[in-house]
Amino acid sequence: MAALEVSGLKKSFGGLKALNDVNLTVQFGTVHAIIGPNGAGKSTLLNAFVGRLIPDAGSVVFDGISLVGKQPHEINQAGVVRVFQTPEIFGELSLLDNVLIPAFSHRDGEFRLNGWSRAAEQARVHEVAKHMLEDVGLYGKRDMIANSLSRGDKRRLELAMCLSQEPKLLLLDEPTAGMSRADTNSTIDLLQRLGDGKVTKIIIEHDMHVVFSLAEKISVMAQGAIIAEGAPEAIKTDPRVQEAYLGGAHL
Amino acid sequence: MMNTLAKQDRWLLIGFTLALLAGPILLKPFGAGYPDLLQKFCIFGIFAVGYNILFGLTGYLSFGHAAFLGIGSYTAVWSFKLLTMNVLPAIILSVLMTGLFGLVIGFLCLRRSGIYFSILTLAFAQMAYNLAYSVLTPITNGETGLQLVKGDPHVLDRWFGVPLVEGIPSTNFFGISMVGYSGFYFCAVMLIISFYVAMRLTRSPFGLMLKAIKSNQNRLKYTGVNTRSYALIAFVISGCYAGLAGALLAVTDPLAGADRMHWSASGEVVLMTILGGVGTLLGPVIGAGVIKYLENIFSSFNEQILNGVFGFLPDAIQHPVVKFVGLFVGEGWELTLGVLFLVLIIFVPGGLMQGLQSVQRRIFPAQPNPAAESTRGAH
Repeated sequence: MAALEVSGLKKSFGGLKALNDVNLTVQFGTVHAIIGPNGAGKSTLLNAFVGRLIPDAGSVVFDGISLVGKQPHEINQAGVVRVFQTPEIFGELSLLDNVLIPAFSHRDGEFRLNGWSRAAEQARVHEVAKHMLEDVGLYGKRDMIANSLSRGDKRRLELAMCLSQEPKLLLLDEPTAGMSRADTNSTIDLLQRLGDGKVTKIIIEHDMHVVFSLAEKISVMAQGAIIAEGAPEAIKTDPRVQEAYLGGAHL
Repeated sequence: MMNTLAKQDRWLLIGFTLALLAGPILLKPFGAGYPDLLQKFCIFGIFAVGYNILFGLTGYLSFGHAAFLGIGSYTAVWSFKLLTMNVLPAIILSVLMTGLFGLVIGFLCLRRSGIYFSILTLAFAQMAYNLAYSVLTPITNGETGLQLVKGDPHVLDRWFGVPLVEGIPSTNFFGISMVGYSGFYFCAVMLIISFYVAMRLTRSPFGLMLKAIKSNQNRLKYTGVNTRSYALIAFVISGCYAGLAGALLAVTDPLAGADRMHWSASGEVVLMTILGGVGTLLGPVIGAGVIKYLENIFSSFNEQILNGVFGFLPDAIQHPVVKFVGLFVGEGWELTLGVLFLVLIIFVPGGLMQGLQSVQRRIFPAQPNPAAESTRGAH
């Protein structure tokens, strides 16, 4: 069953065709990696999914809902959650607050006027936040200010924030960039056990170790279009991919 | 209801209440223990606490909040004129009216953020000021200001058979006259309620979302939150607080003038909030108190008093000194405010609350302060 269906997606910035007729089908519950050289249009593609930019043509349908033209918060409420390339966190707030915010958003929807109940008393939501922080190994730092974290920890915090929303589709834009090898491996572990095949994941990644550890299917992008698609083993040996992206790198 | 507050909040509220109610005694040594000034502390405290809900939590810097103060005052005076001299309907109507205005103005201004939002609010406040000053003279009585006159209808008072007095009646709360200390205590109770509400809002999930808007609005959007709705409600709530403050100004002195909406009044509440500590609960109240106190002290000085103070100096020095110091007092007291503000922003950018906390930490270094009071982000 297809969770996400993208067809004929186009976006130009002036003369540059950032997305040139992208067609993509992501199966429900799978991990789908998108790889390609810098400037291939991978991040632009994610931007079109989450409402950051409006495509010139084409459609993005998630779970039967068209995402094109929807506001970012509506897309998120539909279950599409994004981890950004540079961590987007609430820098001045505590780690716990950082995770409580998406957890409340998941429970209360896009807007709810609950100005009278204390945040600290929302036991159920607190339970989720605690659990998520434990999962990424940050619970001990829950009272710290998020800006004081290292870059790798910020990434893990953002991941915890996104997971606390129980996403249906998780978009990961280079989730391990800037992490140590050990942190990268623990993030791979976390992503593997996450969701039990119920969460669909799209992952953009340059680290081939991560890609081949996680992905069940790989799409290769170059110059705004998908040039190859298939199982990891097939992609590894595809000559077009070797030429366009890997440049003969050893895999 | 009290047991739903965390421990430190409960103590903060109790301490705040006691300090406020004991205000006439506590502030007597400072020459501020009289109702006229104490009322001002409370009223502008409410104004600043409400302003802080918008500016302190969401980070949206409104430069037009005095418009709500004015709208509150006009509504209250009209309620006195047409309905009753009882203050309760006046306050309720003022809050509703400012809430309505807040909804419309907020809806339009919140289409932009940052400096553009500030400019839009300033533009609206300036429009309100000019409308009140000239165009809407039938409603606002223009330059003279709206005041009670003999022969006002007081419809409700007539219905309920409140005995009419000769001349202009005074405002009352079910018979308790709002003059002198009863006026102060009425304002004090209003401030305590306002403070409690602000505390609850700040500590709620709603308050958390407002803080998230200030911290990273973009992330919040991609977290599924309709940030504009939250900001709008915060705008309306802070407008209502300003409306309440405006109504109380009319309660203690039943007249309303366009000057109340002047941009400098909007600027003043920004100063109060920053002076006390942006985003803290107590800071804005302290900031409002300090500014109103200094205004009272410095604006009352004149050349005669200064000559008395510097009388010990030889004439040749006394005259230039009095001339120079004279620039900072009386009409020019805002110059003093400016100097104070410069010193504070440079040396204690977090405001008085931050200053107090660092003093506390220096005196009790062993006790880790869990930032019980602070909700402030980094500056």
